Amino acid sequence: MSVTDPQTSSGQLPGTQTSAAKAARWLAAWRMRGASGDARLLPENQLTGPMPWVIAIMIALTVVAAASGLALRNMAYTASADLEGGVTVQIVSAAPAERKRQALAALTALHAAPEVASASPVAQDELNALVEPWLGTRPGDDLEALPIPALIDVRLDTRLSGGATPARLAALRARIARVAPAARIDAQAGWLAPVFRAINALQWLASGLITLLALATMAAVLLASRNALSNHRETIEVVHMLGGTDRQIARVFQRSMAFDAAAGGLAGLVLGVITIAALGRQFAPLGSGMVGSAVLGWSDWIVIALIPLLGVGLAVLTARLTVLAALRRML
Amino acid sequence: MSHPESEIVRFDNVGLRYGTDKEVLTDVSFTLFPGSFYFLTGASGAGKTSLLRLLYLSQRPSRGLIRMFGTDAITLPRGRLPGFRRRIGVVFQDFRLVSHLSAFDNVALPLRVAGVSETDITKPVKDMLEWVGLGDRMGARPATLSGGEQQRVAIARAVIARPDMLVADEPTGNVDPEMALKLLRLFESLNRLGTTVVVATHDAHLIRNVPESLIMRLDRGRLSDPTGALRYPPRRSAPAARLDMTDQ
Repeated sequence: MSVTDPQTSSGQLPGTQTSAAKAARWLAAWRMRGASGDARLLPENQLTGPMPWVIAIMIALTVVAAASGLALRNMAYTASADLEGGVTVQIVSAAPAERKRQALAALTALHAAPEVASASPVAQDELNALVEPWLGTRPGDDLEALPIPALIDVRLDTRLSGGATPARLAALRARIARVAPAARIDAQAGWLAPVFRAINALQWLASGLITLLALATMAAVLLASRNALSNHRETIEVVHMLGGTDRQIARVFQRSMAFDAAAGGLAGLVLGVITIAALGRQFAPLGSGMVGSAVLGWSDWIVIALIPLLGVGLAVLTARLTVLAALRRML
Repeated sequence: MSHPESEIVRFDNVGLRYGTDKEVLTDVSFTLFPGSFYFLTGASGAGKTSLLRLLYLSQRPSRGLIRMFGTDAITLPRGRLPGFRRRIGVVFQDFRLVSHLSAFDNVALPLRVAGVSETDITKPVKDMLEWVGLGDRMGARPATLSGGEQQRVAIARAVIARPDMLVADEPTGNVDPEMALKLLRLFESLNRLGTTVVVATHDAHLIRNVPESLIMRLDRGRLSDPTGALRYPPRRSAPAARLDMTDQ
């Protein structure tokens, strides 16, 4: 219940209000919708203007950091799954005939090995294409004459005992060495270990950024709440003297903070999603190999959509604890 | 002797000092009974406002014992203070109206704090504002009200919840004599309903208008009680502590 206040519309004739004034009145009315008597204890804008913008920036940065972390995780997961059972066998021999013979022998031995799911030689054309950027293809060049190792792409059966573990590689090495002494066997995942370590570090970085942003949000809310408490100390004392409880007063601040955080969170989410989309467009042309697997799934989007809600919860909780702690110091 | 079962407030050797300054109240002892009417007088700086702050639980004493509504107010946990404060109506000397609220919402504040539903608030608040002559100023913010109007809003706010005790600090200082008497009649009406009223005032004329009242006079932080009637009042008898007010 509220009695019409002639002061709120004074100074202007009916029908001459500016759009900004109308918007402000509508916003104030919206904020007070469903408000209990408690909500009238303090002005509805006691947490002052910049708070929604601060929260919007924090949420936008958190959304981008979280999306990056999730995309990196997906990329690492996909690459890891692809390479988990991958083994490369190189037949390093300068003599083409001997190289071919050992490659065939190794292939036969691999097909006979129970832990090998598949083994296929890499075609000479593919090998030529791989070295072409470095060696060129002038007329008369004979790449066949070059001592390029013969390659066999092997997939181990990961259902039996995991991926290309050192023990399995050692067993495979022993089996092939008997028929192809020039063979070198390497796990494909081993080549990308530094990349995985870098991805892991970036994921930790994203997590660290999210934690710092959450702490910064809490600090901003704490300062805003203390400032609001200071500005309205006299009113709070009066409400206390009239029998108002700390929880009643804290509820007012929580409510106001919830509105500010919700508005800021929504704006931050929109800003963050736009940024993610823009980054996605930039990376799309690279869309092959590992980069192409750095995409967000529907579960990732749910996590991103939850960020503003978590932000609102964090802001409200911080405001409540700050206000209650400050009120406890008053009689 | 006092009668603990019926007393509403009891002060025993209460002292109050702010920080390390000398005591502003020294060895203050008195008993207030339900339905009694008290005037608190004394020169400026005598400690009237400090004593009232103790009465409306805005301040804890430095020493002594205070019992309110049958409970030790010194050791009262902070969480129980709101319940006690809701039984006390306060008229502050500087009104302390909430600036962003209308006169109506200011008067409704104690009811809202107490959790009264909005439908049960409207009529009593309107009636109260009509009664203090502000029926046409319900929507006005305090800044647009005169000093007298603000004082009437403050009084309406203090009495709207029918408190067990009303504490008023110079409640008629900014109103004309006619309105002062009208407000005094309001206090008396409340008093007749059983509310204990404590009014701090310099206005001897006001005091003379309530012949059955008791006088509490503070002099440099000490309560003047030559007959001991304030400390050990007779059981609901005739006024016992009327003091000479000629210097007020």
